[in-house]
Amino acid sequence: MKPTAGERGKKDLTRQQYLDLYYYMGLNRAVEDTMVKLFRQNKIVGGLYSSLGQEAISVGSAYALEKKDWLAPMIRNIGALLVKGVQPRDVFMQHMAKYDSPTKGKDGTSHFGDLDNLHIVSPISMLGDLIPVMAGVAIAGRYLGQKIVAMTWIGDGGSSTGVFHEGLNFAATQKAPFVLILENNLWAYSTPVRRQVPLENLADRAKAYGIHSYIVDGNDVVAMYKTAKEAVERARAGEGPILIEAKTFRRLGHAQHDPAEYVPKEMRAYWEARDPILLYEKFLMSEKLLDAKGKKEIEDKIDALLQKERDFAENSPMPPAEFAAEGVYCTGDACHKIQPKWERDKREVMPPKSSVSAVWTVEGFGVGKGSSGGIAPIHFGDTAAVQENEENEEKLAPKTSVKTVGTKSAKVASARGAGALRQRSRGKRR
Amino acid sequence: MASGKPNGNAAAGNGNGGPVTFLEAIKQAMFEEMERDPAVVVIGEDVGVYGGAFKTSEGLLERFGWERVIDTPISESAIIGAACGMSYLGLRPICEMQFIDFIACCFNQLTNFVAKGHYLWNAPAPIVVRGPSGGGVHGGPFHSANPEMYFVHTPGVKVIYPSTPYDAKGLLKAAVRDNNPVLFFEHKFLYRRIKEELPTEDYTVPIGKAVVRREGRHLTILSYAAMMHTSLEAAQALAKEGIEAEVIDLRTLLPLDEETILQSVKKTNKVLVVHEDTKTGGIAGEIAAILCEKAFGDLDGPLMRVTSLDTPVPYAPTLEDYFLPSAKKIFNAAKELARY
Repeated sequence: MKPTAGERGKKDLTRQQYLDLYYYMGLNRAVEDTMVKLFRQNKIVGGLYSSLGQEAISVGSAYALEKKDWLAPMIRNIGALLVKGVQPRDVFMQHMAKYDSPTKGKDGTSHFGDLDNLHIVSPISMLGDLIPVMAGVAIAGRYLGQKIVAMTWIGDGGSSTGVFHEGLNFAATQKAPFVLILENNLWAYSTPVRRQVPLENLADRAKAYGIHSYIVDGNDVVAMYKTAKEAVERARAGEGPILIEAKTFRRLGHAQHDPAEYVPKEMRAYWEARDPILLYEKFLMSEKLLDAKGKKEIEDKIDALLQKERDFAENSPMPPAEFAAEGVYCTGDACHKIQPKWERDKREVMPPKSSVSAVWTVEGFGVGKGSSGGIAPIHFGDTAAVQENEENEEKLAPKTSVKTVGTKSAKVASARGAGALRQRSRGKRR
Repeated sequence: MASGKPNGNAAAGNGNGGPVTFLEAIKQAMFEEMERDPAVVVIGEDVGVYGGAFKTSEGLLERFGWERVIDTPISESAIIGAACGMSYLGLRPICEMQFIDFIACCFNQLTNFVAKGHYLWNAPAPIVVRGPSGGGVHGGPFHSANPEMYFVHTPGVKVIYPSTPYDAKGLLKAAVRDNNPVLFFEHKFLYRRIKEELPTEDYTVPIGKAVVRREGRHLTILSYAAMMHTSLEAAQALAKEGIEAEVIDLRTLLPLDEETILQSVKKTNKVLVVHEDTKTGGIAGEIAAILCEKAFGDLDGPLMRVTSLDTPVPYAPTLEDYFLPSAKKIFNAAKELARY
């Protein structure tokens, strides 16, 4: 893949949106830079994970969500949290295990959430577990008539887990309004993606679930945003889960302790030359959306904000020791009043309206053609093997026409003429 | 029961006031909770059209529809994960494990995601995970497990293991209304073997409360689930020998009702714990520790236990019978204990 946003040139975002993306990427990086300093001053209690060079993914994808939508970050998605409305002080205090942090010192890093206002689900360290959880969020939102979309992220490494499969397959069977961003940063701790997955494109995994997928240049924030936006709207419209593979690179080690000496020098050099913020800055300047003065203003705004946020975080106390014993169980309504927000008529899901005939119907049964050309007697599709090489052929011969499914046209921006960002759809569903 | 026409009247099976089975009691609890609250949904493998492997959810789909009775792929982690996500938006999913043995497949979701949420980030997950457990029906090593203690060792969940239709219904309803994740074990040996008259009106049984099933003064037998009945059988035999055993049904294993246990021990001074779970790491060990800490002076004899062997559940009836506790084994242990 080659750069980048500059070549795209189309101004389909408003000026404010362009600048928002720039601001949040800058904020994302500055928040993490500040934490590196805190880490070196021994003010961060545990590990520190970096999304250096991956900011465009977190920011561009989360920016595609509406306020009512739900997200669940992974460890390298601080940017997504900031876009969703998390204050930098909360991120600092989480890492510093402070009592005023969202988890009050009970967990660190991006492991926190907000069910009531920001609609954020906390991750756990076990990879892939968020996928069925967010599928559940998505179908609950649909059940309540809220028209929400749920989004989460997974790495190339996390896509090897069993729960990735269970979650995505379940989401697909439910046609859940769910968007999964697969951040392929080429390294799972010290193991290169080639040793984890024998696929050129991890988006090919979507084929196994009969869902739509995209591949996007993860260092191009505009492409990331536009792709995510389209995916979110398609999911919201009822097209089912969508997988987006964002190609990128993990610039630092797994965490601060890891110098990542296993990464080949030329690989690092290649990606360092493709820094998403610098590329985007160049694009904004060339499009006259940003000048040196505007850049300085944004940087000063971020500096001033983070100084304030950092001071607050540093002044927050550690939790009192005995607090460790509290809060294992919800003690009832005084602790949490659990009430779903119905945005549809409840009577639709109550008898008699909810009552159905409990019989399976199989759409299209018997209409498929068997390999012999006759009507397939047992399958409800074509009994001939699917052309599994389709994607590879497409890769080798980029002019191959692209199949599309669904109501929306597949107009997708591209970084390499017509190729790098491809609309990918699975034709056969069910 | 089995009215044949499952058009889903919540009171079906209980309408004429006849006694109902353990299984029917569970079905009634789900019907009535779904009728009461549209936030209650059921999710699991074959729970909808088929009505569940044991027909516990028969008729639910007809009455409550596809959105509330969700047939899933064979994906226990997805079932628990999705239920957890649904609960974050205020729903109260009841998850079925087709056999409770399969709960091992979603151990991570339960112990790391669901159980820790409230403590870590103030996120309650009001879900119920229920399923058929236990042996004695020759289900073999993968359809007979009693995995309750994995979860008793998991702060953040509650663990219920009832022994009667009345308790099964009342505790399941309480579990659905609880704001915490609740694991609800249903001993499949009891499903169709015991019947009980149930109240026609809505009721719950409080979580975390044991009950004295038989009063006695010579020793206390603590038990739960199917073994509670076996313990009662042994107690009757003991009575013929002049030994009056008090039998306590623990009903909830987490949180454990220490008060009821300690009260009984104060009276009888001798304790026998009977459980179908294997011996090492079973609840008997925990109870022994509690009694040492809080009632050491009340004990006139060693805490004894009758449990299954420390092996997987074997398949052949001869092997399984040897593996499981029995009324005779309980009787013998109690007699030995009474001699102190």
